[in-house]
Amino acid sequence: MSTYTVGQLSQIPAGEGREFNVDGIAIAVFHARNGKVYASQAKCPHLNGPLADGILGGSIIMCPLHARKYDLSNGMSQQGDCGIETYPVEVTSSGQIIVTVKETAAVA
Amino acid sequence: MVIGNGMAGARAVEEILARGGGDQFDITMFGNEPHGNYNRILLSNVLNGSQDASEIFLNPLEWYVDNNVTLHAGVHITKIDRENRVLHTDTRTDYAYDKLIIATGSRPFVPPMEGLKVDGHDKPGVFVFRTIDDCHKIAGYATKCRRAAVIGGGLLGLEAARGLLNYGVEVHVVHLMNHLMENQLDATAGAILKTTLENMGVRFHLGKATKAILGNEEVTGLAFKDETELVCDMVVISTGIRPNAEIGKEAGLSVGRAIVVDDHMRSVDDPDIYAVGECTEHRGKLYGLVAPLWEQGAVLADHITGRNAEARYHGSKLATKLKVMGVELASMGIIEAEHETDEVVQFCEPKRGVYKKLIIRDGMLAGAILLGDTSKAAPLMQAFDRAAALPEDRSSLLFDIGLANTQSTMLEMPDNAQVCNCNGVSKGQIRKCVESGKRSLKMVMDATRAGSGCGSCKMLVKEIVEFVCDGQIEEDPSAHYYVPGVPMPKSELVAVIKERGLRSVSSVFNTLAGGVEDVASKMGLASLLKTIWGAEYVDERDARYINDRVHANIQKDGTFSVVPRIYGGVTTPDELRRIADAADKYDVPMVKITGGQRIDLLGVKKEDLPGIWRDMGIPSGHAYAKSFRTCKTCVGSEFCRYGVGDSTALGIKIEQRFQGIESPGKMKLATAGCPRNCSEAMVKDLGAVAIEGGRWEIYIGGAAGAHVRKGDILCVVDSHDDVLKYMGRFMQYYRENAKYLERTYGFVERVGINRIRAVVVEDIDKIGDRLDAAIQASVDAYVDPWLEAETPVTTNQFVSNLTMVGA
Repeated sequence: MSTYTVGQLSQIPAGEGREFNVDGIAIAVFHARNGKVYASQAKCPHLNGPLADGILGGSIIMCPLHARKYDLSNGMSQQGDCGIETYPVEVTSSGQIIVTVKETAAVA
Repeated sequence: MVIGNGMAGARAVEEILARGGGDQFDITMFGNEPHGNYNRILLSNVLNGSQDASEIFLNPLEWYVDNNVTLHAGVHITKIDRENRVLHTDTRTDYAYDKLIIATGSRPFVPPMEGLKVDGHDKPGVFVFRTIDDCHKIAGYATKCRRAAVIGGGLLGLEAARGLLNYGVEVHVVHLMNHLMENQLDATAGAILKTTLENMGVRFHLGKATKAILGNEEVTGLAFKDETELVCDMVVISTGIRPNAEIGKEAGLSVGRAIVVDDHMRSVDDPDIYAVGECTEHRGKLYGLVAPLWEQGAVLADHITGRNAEARYHGSKLATKLKVMGVELASMGIIEAEHETDEVVQFCEPKRGVYKKLIIRDGMLAGAILLGDTSKAAPLMQAFDRAAALPEDRSSLLFDIGLANTQSTMLEMPDNAQVCNCNGVSKGQIRKCVESGKRSLKMVMDATRAGSGCGSCKMLVKEIVEFVCDGQIEEDPSAHYYVPGVPMPKSELVAVIKERGLRSVSSVFNTLAGGVEDVASKMGLASLLKTIWGAEYVDERDARYINDRVHANIQKDGTFSVVPRIYGGVTTPDELRRIADAADKYDVPMVKITGGQRIDLLGVKKEDLPGIWRDMGIPSGHAYAKSFRTCKTCVGSEFCRYGVGDSTALGIKIEQRFQGIESPGKMKLATAGCPRNCSEAMVKDLGAVAIEGGRWEIYIGGAAGAHVRKGDILCVVDSHDDVLKYMGRFMQYYRENAKYLERTYGFVERVGINRIRAVVVEDIDKIGDRLDAAIQASVDAYVDPWLEAETPVTTNQFVSNLTMVGA
């Protein structure tokens, strides 16, 4: 388990995601319009689409390449195939995003 | 306990078993006839010898054993004792019940006439046509007859006539009305059917009321009220049916014309007694066809098993497809126009025995008759049942113009045929998916991904789903929504958005979708709001697809393609030099000429986009958006030997005017300097083709991608200015009325070129000026999105990877 302060929430516009580089690991962090913040592996397991460039609706992220959908609250695929790794994320009162990553789950 | 072992009773029991009712109830069925349950509709085949009686059984006796259903075939229920909940029979045994289903069906109705009986018995040679037993008796008697009469020119009477022809007898049909099958056919169709059947050897006597059956010992003829007579050796009476409702009446249940049931198919008097099929009266209506009986059986089963206590039968819209003596026939709804405003569409080809008639009311199908050719029956029955909006081009409802016959295509298509070439889905996979219970296009698309790639096979997927469902397709309400997450069709949604002043995507979710943000709805709403509000639209960038956030087209590796605007495909050495220098500077992996005559720089990193735009100093070519894309041109009259119009200058003007105009689907354009059409203008969303005399043909709705279609000519005009005017007006009409992602080829086919021409060219709706003003406002609002290189709109807009600030 490693905990990283990846950056400021203000770096991510509301309703969008951004990809962060954390110790050589790419992590996508999402800032939903309702204020919730999610973190997940950066690439779609289907064909490596950049999830941070996807469209976010509630807790669902839709990959920009082939529209695969995943629930960021639990990593489940919406079409019943392979899901994604998600990471616990917290935002401090000063707006810092803190992500906890399992070492074994490191996905480049 | 189920009284009745006909199609209704057996179907209801099947439905109950399907819902696990076998564990809930001990099921006992009583049938008058001494066999299992058979398909009464096929009795005419038994009579005419094309099927053996054994072939029409639906549930053989083993079925009852296998499902633990006790069948008392040949046992007659004499009385229902509701107080003690007991059934009395004509045997010595009585049977107690907890729940009772009455499915006693109906019996032939024989109108009063003289000479039906001899000494209290049926006169030899007089028959009705209802059971297997009747079939055997008729067949046995017919072999020794020369001439048979059938009283009744309805469906069953004609079927009896057809059966009798096979026994070598001369067949005469006597009918009270002036045309055949008056419940299903109008007079014209009835006359055509009569001619067709006469050619098969049947003779008809219309408008004849039978007064008596002649003959002292056996049938020798018929006497009519008009004092004429017909000599015959046998007569089959087929003049309608009457419900077997007496048993209900004697038990004190409410009986009108039949046993009155509520929406749960339960007697209105006794919560433990249900009734189903022809012996019931629901909301004042009696049904004598098989489809309603299936619907009733499903509701009854849902309710009696408690599987769905809210299940309700709402009555059936009557639509039937059948064969009368081998002649195909479909009939639904009303058969004659009733109001002055009812629209009647008719096709009549008596020589081939083909007749088609539609009655359309308020744009929906109120009734139809198809005789001799029922290839369009399935879509019509569906449109009728769902009150669906009909295509503007009514002839497409009657004929498959230029298309293969779906039914035969479906039958011929093997299971391993790949249907969706994007996702590799076969017909067999789609069939299995439907058979597993996914009975709507959307469910099948979600489950198999078929049709969710380029979309060109979506119609085929839909046809396969409909074919496999065979009429049991489930209505998917969201299919009519503009976007899946807001339950409204486009027109309604637009009205509410305007009325409530909803200018942003989030405000639409908050106001119209209970605050639930739907990922699949954001882009469609963004497109719609932009068209509705123009400059007043509150642009939330997260509602945009990545391409529209960074004004470039995302590639498979997450890089982007950059296509600078080159008006009309005409460039200069200086422009090319700047493009080349930028490609060098940013190590662009591939430089390619596109199909739309533009230059594409592929493999550009997101963070390099602003720099490459800045260095080129050329506006965005919008090769990533649902918008006006490009206008291809040929060199036209400027250089070409054949050119009759200046297509390059026109193409440049078109592109300068409409660049960046957003639309439901992308718009690819072209101009051609002569009808040789080198720039392929006839297969573009909009195209202009020069013709001799300084004129231009404007084509709309063309396509040459996943779908190939030659455009329709909208109009022919005299000047470049008029081309711009009508193209702009059509674009605005398309922007306002198309569904999200509906390309012009789909839109033009759906709305119909005549309607579009009437609105856009003839201006019959008097909206021409408004459309012109609206497109002008969009033109005026154009800003090159690549200027965001200097002033990004969102934080880290062009950053592909942020580096962690601290551990």
